[in-house]
Amino acid sequence: MDIWTDRLSEYLDGTLAGGERAALDAHLAGCAACAATLEELRQVVARARGLEDQPPAADLWPGIAERIGVSAEVVSLAARRARRVAFSIPQLIAAGLALIVLGSGGAWLALQQRARGEGRSVDLRPGPAGAITLVSWADSAIVSSNADVLVLRAALDEGRRSGRIDSTTVRVLEQSLATIDSAVAQARRALQADPNSVYLHQHIAQTLRRKSEFVRRASTLVSART
Amino acid sequence: MPPIQGGVQTSGPGVATLVRDPATTAADAEAADAALAASGDGRAFERLYRVHVARIHSLVRRMLDADEADDLTQDIFVRAWDKLNTFRGEAAFGTWLHRLAVNVILARRKRVAVDRRRRHDDPAVLEEASGRRETPEMTVDVEAAIGRLPDGARQVFLLHDVAGYRHEEIAELLGVAPGTSKSQLHHARMALRRHLQ
Repeated sequence: MDIWTDRLSEYLDGTLAGGERAALDAHLAGCAACAATLEELRQVVARARGLEDQPPAADLWPGIAERIGVSAEVVSLAARRARRVAFSIPQLIAAGLALIVLGSGGAWLALQQRARGEGRSVDLRPGPAGAITLVSWADSAIVSSNADVLVLRAALDEGRRSGRIDSTTVRVLEQSLATIDSAVAQARRALQADPNSVYLHQHIAQTLRRKSEFVRRASTLVSART
Repeated sequence: MPPIQGGVQTSGPGVATLVRDPATTAADAEAADAALAASGDGRAFERLYRVHVARIHSLVRRMLDADEADDLTQDIFVRAWDKLNTFRGEAAFGTWLHRLAVNVILARRKRVAVDRRRRHDDPAVLEEASGRRETPEMTVDVEAAIGRLPDGARQVFLLHDVAGYRHEEIAELLGVAPGTSKSQLHHARMALRRHLQ
C-alpha cells in the first residue's frame, strides 16, 4: 500500500483532477500492486451495480391498502364515506363543466394543430408484431378510471332506488359523466391521431386525473347520502 | 429490416410506424398512475407498488435491517401515498420514491438504537469485515459482506455504488462533507474487494 492507494476510488470514478490523474496513470504503469487493487475495486463496483433486488417474502400490499384506506381489490366506498364531504352538487357540476371545457378544448386544439400540420406527428399504419402501441398506457388508465365510474354508478342506482338522491341530481351527474367520457374519448382519438405528441400524453393524463378526482368527490358525496 | 429513425420505423414512402422505447412507455404509464393515485385511485397506487416494491424492500434490507424491512417498506409506501400531492413529475416517480425511502430509512436510523459499534465506524470493524473469508459461499455473498460493513461506510456504498447517488447528494442526505462520503466509499470498497477474489 502506498500514497496512491487511497486515491484509487476517485481514479476509478473519474473524479481525480487532471494533474493527479496523469500522475496516477504513470504510477499504475509501474506498480503492479496498485494496478491489481484498482482491478479489484473495479470488480466491487461492477458487483454492486449487478445486485438484484428481491421482493419481500410476503405480499405487503394488503397491509398498505388497509393503512391508506383502500381495499386490497378496489377503492372502497366505505373508505370514501370516512372522508370529509367538501363539495356540493352545484360545485361538482361546476367541476365537471370545467373538466369538460379543458378536456374538449385541449383535444380540439391538438386536432386542429394536426389538421394545420403543426406540432409533431407521424402517419401511423398498423405496426409489426411486437411494436408497442403509444396509447397502451392511456388505455390502461382509462380502464382503471372506468372501474371507478362503475362504483359511482352503482351508488347512484342505490341512491335512486332508496329515494335518498333525487332524480335531478342523478340525471345531472349522469350527464356530467357522459360528457366527461366524451372528453376522454376525444382526447384518446387525438392521441391515436398523433401518438408522438408529448402535449397529448400530458393532456390525457391530466384529463384522466381530473376525471378520477371528479368521480372520487362524487362518490364521496353520493355515499354520504346513501 | 427497415431503418429505425428516432423511434419511427419506415417501411415505405409515406408510411411510418412508431416503435416506442419500452422504457418511455413505462415512464408514461407511471406518470399516469402517479396522477391517478394522487387523486385517490388505489388501483393505480397498487400498480406503482408492484413495480417498485422489490427495489424499496431491498434498499431497506441492505441499509437498515432485514427484520425491519417489511414494516419499514409499508411505512415508506404509506408515506408516499400521503405525499403524492407533492410529486410534480419533474423526476421519474421511481426516483422520487427512492429519495423518499432513503429519507425515511435515515430518519429511522436516528430513532432506533442500532449497533453502537457500527454507528461509530470503528476501523477495527472495517478490518473485520474485510478479513472474513471462511467459506466459499461468503466469498461470493457480496450482500452478506455489505451487511458487515460499518454503518456509515455501508450507507455510502449502497447509495453511491448500488443506487447511483452522487457524493454531493449523499453528503446532503447524511449530513456529512462530500470528502467524508468519498473516504467512506473507498474504505467500503477496499473492505469488500477481498470477498470477490
